[in-house]
Amino acid sequence: MNPYLVPGLIVVVLVTVGIGVYGLRFARTTSDFLVASRSVSPAWNAAAISGEYLSAASFLGVAGLILRYGVDVLWYPVGFAAGYLALLLFVAAPLRRSGAFTLPDFCQVRLGSPLLRTLASVFVVFIGCLYLVPQLQGAGLTFTTVTGGSYVWGALLVGVVVTANVALGGMRAITFVQAFQYWLKLTALAVPVIFLALQWQSDGRPVVTPDAGATFPVATTVVIEQDALVDGVPVEKGQQLSYDAGAPVPEVSTVDAAFGADWLLPGGDGTLFATYSLILATFLGTMGLPHVLVRFYTNPDGASARRTTLVVLGLVGAFYLLPTLYGVLGRIYTPQLLMTGRTDAVVLLLPEAALGGGHLAQLLGALVTAGALAAFLSTSSGLLTSVAGVVFTDVLRAGRGGSVRDFRLATVLAASVPVLLSLYVSNMDVSRVVGLAFAVAASSFCPLLVLGIWWRRLTDVGAVAGLLAGGGASMAAVLITVLGPPLDGWLGDAVSQPAAWTVPLAFLVMIVGSLLTSRRVPHDVGATMLRLHAPESLRV
Amino acid sequence: MAADDEPSTKPLRTRVVLGEAATRRRPADRAQADLAEQTPVGEALVKGLMRAQLALALRLAVVVVTALGSLPLLFAVAPGVGGLKIFGIYLPWLLLGVLSFPFLIGVGWAYVRWAERNEQDFIALIRRPEP
Repeated sequence: MNPYLVPGLIVVVLVTVGIGVYGLRFARTTSDFLVASRSVSPAWNAAAISGEYLSAASFLGVAGLILRYGVDVLWYPVGFAAGYLALLLFVAAPLRRSGAFTLPDFCQVRLGSPLLRTLASVFVVFIGCLYLVPQLQGAGLTFTTVTGGSYVWGALLVGVVVTANVALGGMRAITFVQAFQYWLKLTALAVPVIFLALQWQSDGRPVVTPDAGATFPVATTVVIEQDALVDGVPVEKGQQLSYDAGAPVPEVSTVDAAFGADWLLPGGDGTLFATYSLILATFLGTMGLPHVLVRFYTNPDGASARRTTLVVLGLVGAFYLLPTLYGVLGRIYTPQLLMTGRTDAVVLLLPEAALGGGHLAQLLGALVTAGALAAFLSTSSGLLTSVAGVVFTDVLRAGRGGSVRDFRLATVLAASVPVLLSLYVSNMDVSRVVGLAFAVAASSFCPLLVLGIWWRRLTDVGAVAGLLAGGGASMAAVLITVLGPPLDGWLGDAVSQPAAWTVPLAFLVMIVGSLLTSRRVPHDVGATMLRLHAPESLRV
Repeated sequence: MAADDEPSTKPLRTRVVLGEAATRRRPADRAQADLAEQTPVGEALVKGLMRAQLALALRLAVVVVTALGSLPLLFAVAPGVGGLKIFGIYLPWLLLGVLSFPFLIGVGWAYVRWAERNEQDFIALIRRPEP
């Protein structure tokens, strides 16, 4: 095992806990815990938002998807970044001016309906869990891949560190922790990529998709993980296959991947419907993610919320340039992952595979693993803070006057379910579930926020109907995809990438429902709109 | 020394009022009063601002949707475009993997600029001197 790995991981955990404890010195009241007393500067806040947002799906999953499927999945990083543009254009400043801390708060401010508030809380918890479980699972899988240790320990370790950090430091600490983790994640991908590019140059710039098919760069032994056909020859689970340097890489029947022109050029297997559905889900889903919205409350005013979002777009965009390079170089240096199907590990394995086993390669390998750990820690902390915030105000009914102890109780409650789930459900696909969380967010909170902010005639009945129709349909699609039997054809596409029909459905039901119940438009809608849209300097 | 002297040496109680509450007063001019009191004029002013901001956001969203959203269709309808190479990189990789990010940031930058200008205009409209 890599000798720099354990010290590297220990440093990340210690620094995370250390900054959390440092933050604890400032966190004295419940308001400090929940909203960092609203005194976080835009640069810190933007780095914290980015650090929180770039999860395991971004750090490991995107590179793995590109290694496997090629150009068609570049829409994932583009959509993950473009989501912030949609957030900036339609939501950022008015949401900050509404003074809402969570999505249920926004429902309260805009429509004043307890039923809608409860429903929104249910969706926040559902999306939060849907997003939290794969983070913890990813942590467990990384732990197994890198150290050979058990999956349960990896998931438990991250779960406990995150819960302790959120319960003890609250959001102020999280702001500093996550800002640090953004820069750690960027460094962990950017520094190795420089060495990888130099290595690629000195190897004589090998072609990514040679005409004769991919070959192994060095002698490689592959352990097949499932009974499969390797180039048409049956192979049993656990069997070891050895290949010399320069031998062609065979195709394994159980691993779904694209090769040659399929990988290199757009089109291929992915239908147009699935591509557009993915674009819709990622572009519109970001604004509905609970851990993203909570952050906007820490901006002092609407204009700074807008500027913060723009900085986030820049930071996130800079980050997403990197996973593509890992996916492409992985095609040359780690082709065995296409045989085992563990493509998510490409970021972790590439430095040592490409640069040999020297000290430099091991150091860089430890660096990317530390970055992966930061990715699990930061996203799960952010999710946990927001789910705990909702449990604190809406389940424990503690309100703003609740004590710090209640918030800690809420955190432990909110953490226990996903941690337990992640221990018992280990075969869910990480990046796919994260994509589904975006689809649910895009079909529930996106219409609620956009119509709530820009359309005076929205009513509580319309909003509830829209949430139930769009959010409910996408929730059902998620449950069928994750738990149900595999589906084929157009039905399979419609269920596994539901956004293309559930988002329009949610908007339609919300608008028609509101028009039918136009008497229920809140009487104070004028005052609310003034508050949402007028600059703070005019507040009277 | 005498107990009777003591009250007179104590400073008199003073009343302290929160600065914000003390300076709160009725809006000085007509437009600001319209805003605060939700008169039809005030309502129309806010509606104007909302319309300007929404039109700006929608216009920029259309720019992004046409620029990025047309790409999958373009690659499907004209596969030849996907096979073009620029600087040794296939066009789809260059467009999606690299150029889309500065494009998104540029649109965001333009939005922040223009949205703030809309707000400045609105403030100027409210604070304009009475004729």
